[in-house]
Order: sequence, then C-alpha cells, then structure tokens
Amino acid sequence: MASSIKIRTSIRDGLTTVRSIIRHPMHHGYVNDPETGNAIPAHYIEKVTVHHGDKLVLQCDWGRAVSANPYLSFIFSGAKAGDALRINWIDNKGESDLIEAVIQ
Amino acid sequence: MISTRRFFLKTLMAGSALLAGLGSFLKPLVAFAERNSAAFSAKTEAGAIAKFFPDQNITPSDAITISVHDLVENGAVVPVEINTSLPETSSITILVEKNPNPLIANFDLSPECSGFIATRIKMAKPSDIVAVVRSQGKLFSARKFVEVIEGGCG
Repeated sequence: MASSIKIRTSIRDGLTTVRSIIRHPMHHGYVNDPETGNAIPAHYIEKVTVHHGDKLVLQCDWGRAVSANPYLSFIFSGAKAGDALRINWIDNKGESDLIEAVIQ
Repeated sequence: MISTRRFFLKTLMAGSALLAGLGSFLKPLVAFAERNSAAFSAKTEAGAIAKFFPDQNITPSDAITISVHDLVENGAVVPVEINTSLPETSSITILVEKNPNPLIANFDLSPECSGFIATRIKMAKPSDIVAVVRSQGKLFSARKFVEVIEGGCG
C-alpha cells in the first residue's frame, strides 16, 4: 500500500521548507454517523516526529481538532539535497506509519 | 536448594536486564515522548494552559503573527500559519478558545527550525485562535479572532 504520507521539500538560502500531508480521518469522537446514528469513535493522530538523518528536528503533539488529512509545514536549516528525511506518526489506536524521503 | 533458587533469581534478573537493554535499544525507532493527555482533554482555554504550562507566565507579544482568514466558511478546515521572529523558539502551541478541547496542537522545534508552523485545524464556532511560543525558555502569546460560519466539530 502506498504510504499515508506525502512530502515535498525545497531548499532555498540554506533553509529547507517541508510540506507534508498525512492521509488520516482524524475523527474527534464528538459526532454521530448520519446514517446509523452511532457515535464515530475518536481516531486521530497523537504524535508526529520528523527526523533529518538521525536528528529529531520536529515533534508534534496533536489533539482531536487537527483537520482530517492533516497538513504540516515547517522550515529548518542544515539540510542539503540528498539528505534523508523521515516522518513518523502514531494515532490513538496505536496505528502508525512512516515515510523516508530524500530532500531535494 | 538455595543455590538453585539463587541461580533462578540471577537468571531472572539477567533476563529482565537484557530485555530492558533491548527495549532501550529499540526505542529510537518509535521515539514518541510522553503525551500530556490531561492538557489535551481540558475543556477550557485556561484549564488547558494551566495543565500544559503549569506555573508559567505568558506574556503577550507582537513578535508572533497568526496568519488565518478573518472569516471562515467551513470550520472543519481552517488553514493557520504561525510565524514568529522571537529568538531561539523551542515550541509553538496552538489553541482555539471555544473548541470543546481548546488545546489543538503543540510543536516542539529543534534549534534548526525557524519560528514557523503551518497546519489546518478544526473550529467549532467563532473563536480566538491563540498561539503560545516558547523563546529562550519564556512563554509569549498572541491571539486572533476568527469568524466561523459553519462549525467543524459536529
């Protein structure tokens, strides 16, 4: 299966801009299914980490109110084209995914 | 009899030490730090801030910019950008005052990161968005009101 994470990177003036989208429903658990009337259980990403090589550059703690298919963008320095960038996420059900991308 | 019991205990200890060692060795693969669940489930902005930043002063600052539309039609997807010129930014936290759980997200930035985060959040109703930034160990905040036509929290 294709990874749930998409990454785009661009380097300019020594700063790397990372833009990523994770495919995830991000159910906050406060809403009912319109067809069955049953509550949709909470299902959302709690943690995201981003590593540049072995180095942790960004760690996110998310609550229920990050939008479905979360978008995350940030900027960091010290990377060059060809370096590895890894994004991991884990949700409240213990499901997780990761992607290894090459910075370009 | 005693010697076998000694032996059994020793093996047990060696085994658990080995397991612990193995555990710490495996950890970097899934290095997710402890989560502050109490703060994320707090129901008021003050409660979430008290739990997430216990006993710390937060100073309002002009050096934090919250880029978000003043008027949002769909509260389920509200693009937000936080920018700050404060030095040595080590974390950016986003809260929505009137959401059922005001604490939305916290971003721990390494020293390499610029003071910038962009994401998309849900808003239940018109509310202030609050950004809290930790710079040189001190906390600063900014807030911006956003009008929401259709809430995104059901």
